[in-house]
Amino acid sequence: MSFKICSSKSSDKIMNKIFILSGIVTLGILLIILGYILVKGLPVVNLEFLLGSPIDSGKSGGILPMIISSVYVTLIAAVIATPLGVGAAVYMVEYAGESKIVNLIRFGAETLSSIPSIVFGLFGLAFFVVFLNLGWSILSGGLVLAIMAVPTVFQVSEVAIASVPNTYRQASLGLGATKWQTIANVVIPASIPGIVTGVILAMTRAISEAAAVMYAVGSALSVPISIFDPGRPLPLHLYILATEGISMDNAFGTAAVLVIIVLILTFATNYLVNRYQEKMMGKF
Amino acid sequence: MNRITVKNLNTKFGDNHILKNINMQVPENTVTALIGPSGCGKSTFLRTLNRMNDLIPSFNHTGEIYLDDTEIYGKNIDVVNLRKRVGMVFQKANPFPKSIFDNVAYGLRIHGIEDEDFIAQRVEESLKSAAIWDEVESKLYDSAMSLSGGQQQRVCIARTIANKPEVILMDEPCSALDPISTIKIEDLINRLKKEYTILIVTHNMQQATRVSKYTSFFLNGEIIENNLTSELFINPREEKTEEYITGRFG
Repeated sequence: MSFKICSSKSSDKIMNKIFILSGIVTLGILLIILGYILVKGLPVVNLEFLLGSPIDSGKSGGILPMIISSVYVTLIAAVIATPLGVGAAVYMVEYAGESKIVNLIRFGAETLSSIPSIVFGLFGLAFFVVFLNLGWSILSGGLVLAIMAVPTVFQVSEVAIASVPNTYRQASLGLGATKWQTIANVVIPASIPGIVTGVILAMTRAISEAAAVMYAVGSALSVPISIFDPGRPLPLHLYILATEGISMDNAFGTAAVLVIIVLILTFATNYLVNRYQEKMMGKF
Repeated sequence: MNRITVKNLNTKFGDNHILKNINMQVPENTVTALIGPSGCGKSTFLRTLNRMNDLIPSFNHTGEIYLDDTEIYGKNIDVVNLRKRVGMVFQKANPFPKSIFDNVAYGLRIHGIEDEDFIAQRVEESLKSAAIWDEVESKLYDSAMSLSGGQQQRVCIARTIANKPEVILMDEPCSALDPISTIKIEDLINRLKKEYTILIVTHNMQQATRVSKYTSFFLNGEIIENNLTSELFINPREEKTEEYITGRFG
């Protein structure tokens, strides 16, 4: 004997409510975390906090050198990871066929993106700081973040480039363009929204890293001028303030600044990508 | 004078023998229609004429194809230059996701022309020749994707003729278009033939009679009959031709 516990119509309604609930809970978690950080951290954040330097190891004062460090290492990571990741993606889609090398590269990228941040950090110490003798510096930190970012840039760019319709390539070649001209003038411009999304995604992770940079970037409280100077990006500063018990208030303040930066980055990406797509695809 | 001469052309994709013993002569400044049921090699033939089949690794062929006096599969042939001389319009309009102006200017720019005045002039000429200048004059810098299907196809034609090719290959250019756009493009073909040699693949036999001087009937990779359009449709020599044009198969 078989019987249904509820009719399909009511199970439909129940599932509907479950899905809505999942959405609400997910959003709720985000709002709670954001809310808590901002509520505890924003009171600390004012112009002096943003533009001043830390006093007394960060017990008071501001976080300007940390903001500059973050920008610096992220920029270096972007400048190195973008051509590498995009270049590899172009190779995979446009030049390589389906071969063992191709599968190996793809597997390598996936594995690389799964390696724990702290392992990257240790590698950064051993290779960039010690072996290459770059010392504890913005450069070393940026390089570690770059190799962390490459898999993300590569994977997202590969999808973007592969999604460019083949009809564009055919049209370009039919007009007498070479393969490289087609890639540079049609394929890459058409994949820019995807590539930019990939880069910003990777940079958002880079700017949030503490474990990866802590062994490579040093721990300086002063503003880094050259890329060989040590620095202290925001997440690292947060970590130090909290674990060394220097100032929980300032830790929350730092966290609030970080969170706001990430939010701005996310919104900016969406806006830029939408505008670019409108321009390229015509307004609908 | 013959613009294109094809001698004993056989093409294969791997072991798949697609075109068999194709012989054809295409006089200059004429329109030749290629008709026949789906899958009989018409598009493959077209793409052999501008070496677009080179993009498929398994493609190989025997026989010769002459553009004027040059054998296009010869040793020192510059494929890029060949495709400048032999342009192609595809079945579904495929403008780039760029502005209308940049679409038409694309061929000029990739061939190294930098004089912006020259480019602007050639773009205007081409859009006028393609009978779409009036519709896009005020929005040259809008995206080409914002146009209707028929307009996009005319922009693609403008893009092809901006290169000033000698031959235009059209692969069912109207099959995705509404009747009004189709009429516009057929009028366009009738005017273009004064300057260009045109080959057009079409499933629409009435279209073939409207625009072409010569027609080739393809079946299973072979040309069954090559004749003046007026002759082929009224007085076909071959039995298979008659069966196809009267709709007994196809």
